Amino acid sequence: MTADSGWRRLLRNPMAMAGLTVLGLILLLALFGPFLAAHEIDEVFWDRIGAPPDFAAGFYFGTDANGRDLFARTLAGARVSLLVGTAASLISLVIGVTYGAIAGYLGGRIDAVMMRIVDILYSLPFVFFVILLTVYVGRSLSTIFITIGAVIWLDMARIVRGQTLSLKQREFIEAARAFGATDRRIILRHIIPNLWGPVIISMLLVIPDAILTESFLSFLGLGVQEPNTSWGVLIGDGAQNMMETPWMLLFPGAFLALTLLAFNFLGDGLRDAMDPKE
Amino acid sequence: MLSILLKRFFGAIPTLFVIITLTFLMMRLTPGGPFDTGRVVSPEVQANLMRAYHLDEPLFSQYLRYLGDLARGDFGPSFTSKDFSVTQLIRQGFPVSLQLGLSAMAMALVVGLGLGTFGALHRNRPSDHAVIVFAMVGIIVPSFVMAPILTLVFGVTLHWLPAGGWGDGHQLSYKILPVVALALPRISSIARLSRSSMIEALEQPFIRTAYAKGLPRRLVLFRHAMRAAILPVVSYLGPATAGIITGSIVVEQVFSIPGIGRYFVDAALNRDYTLVAGVVVFYGCIIVLFNLIVDILYGVLDPRVSRR
Repeated sequence: MTADSGWRRLLRNPMAMAGLTVLGLILLLALFGPFLAAHEIDEVFWDRIGAPPDFAAGFYFGTDANGRDLFARTLAGARVSLLVGTAASLISLVIGVTYGAIAGYLGGRIDAVMMRIVDILYSLPFVFFVILLTVYVGRSLSTIFITIGAVIWLDMARIVRGQTLSLKQREFIEAARAFGATDRRIILRHIIPNLWGPVIISMLLVIPDAILTESFLSFLGLGVQEPNTSWGVLIGDGAQNMMETPWMLLFPGAFLALTLLAFNFLGDGLRDAMDPKE
Repeated sequence: MLSILLKRFFGAIPTLFVIITLTFLMMRLTPGGPFDTGRVVSPEVQANLMRAYHLDEPLFSQYLRYLGDLARGDFGPSFTSKDFSVTQLIRQGFPVSLQLGLSAMAMALVVGLGLGTFGALHRNRPSDHAVIVFAMVGIIVPSFVMAPILTLVFGVTLHWLPAGGWGDGHQLSYKILPVVALALPRISSIARLSRSSMIEALEQPFIRTAYAKGLPRRLVLFRHAMRAAILPVVSYLGPATAGIITGSIVVEQVFSIPGIGRYFVDAALNRDYTLVAGVVVFYGCIIVLFNLIVDILYGVLDPRVSRR
């Protein structure tokens, strides 16, 4: 597997490139939301409560049941959802890479025990533990992404361990050991920097998972709280008001589904590109 | 076979302990006790409350007490609902949740396997592409978006089915939408899995042999190909159960179904520690039990496992 040919294969994969483009657009919309929306996210328009889309007045997605601009709120929700998803994935990256690299490098009985723990945790309904944690710790934005990150590192640990097992057979690791490098130094300086390929792929699988979990919690009212908003919060509001204002459900729902689809395409493409045997 | 059964059974016990211990530790070691409700309570009352719930004892004896209570099926008192214990609430909600979950699982298996096999047999034709697109939709549209949309279309707009509720528990019409909403993501995953494993199975030499010895197509498919193709689906049943239990929280919320999921969400919103923890432990046990059954089933279906 050479990285260069892998990237070239990825660039030639139309599905993956479509996914990347869509993600880029959603990211731009999220980042520049405040400049694109004609109204503030919390400004209440008493004369148009639950009004359908009206392009002339700048309400591209209509207004919600409280008379607030849904376009501005959907973009603000995108910002929070993407932020929580990325932050949670970074936390799972730190835990998963450390755990996987240690298990794979040390090997033997320690590895067996560490991976058995991963297997056990894997079979648990982890969303319940996230809810349990947020019930105890509280529901600020940071506790949400920390708790999500703390439970979704298992895939990352497995992939990193497998990669480490094959890396540690390589000559440069042996050379480092011959020079008297400590295990700690070998893991930090030689193993982890060589893991980026599989780690990027698993990030693409973890981020949508984190976004989905956040939306799930927020939908139930157990995640992001007002005045912050996220796709899950908006979908939850939309589900409660769908008889009068179905657009409150459809626009944020479509954004979430489109994001998940794009991650799916990009993840599949990247996996094929890095692992051409299939 | 018996030795495998015993090995699996004892292998499940550590998982159970991990669930119970994790839940217990989270409950006791995180900041903010169950009585930090913002109300001003005198120190005497606080101490009495702590004593009544045994919160003043050392951690380890609390843990032993918790294990003992669980072994007797006692999940403790609910902190917010004064008249019901956690066990009573679970006993009330579980039959409903179980019926919902099992129906969704059965539907996911039948429809998922059917679609997957259909796709594999019509590989690369338009009908196969339709299966792929359908499976993709089921995976990217989460249950909390799909459930309200189903209600809106079939309940509110078309008036074909009730938009919510559970009826008296015997009316089929109330169950269709929730079961479909809960099953859809699993149908998609099973269709995807069985489609690719069926394609792989159909290319195996033993299928060619079966055709060569003159077996009719139906028998080749159902007796030979299906048996090999179903194995990945069987190993997916564990995650599928976890997914259905998680999804049932949302579906019960959207359709106002009086199952465990609704109690769980209300408890989490009200920070009812013991009820939340009780449901987590209860569902953890269910999942461990189900994984055990799946493991055994896998051994029965795949003779290579039991001979090892």
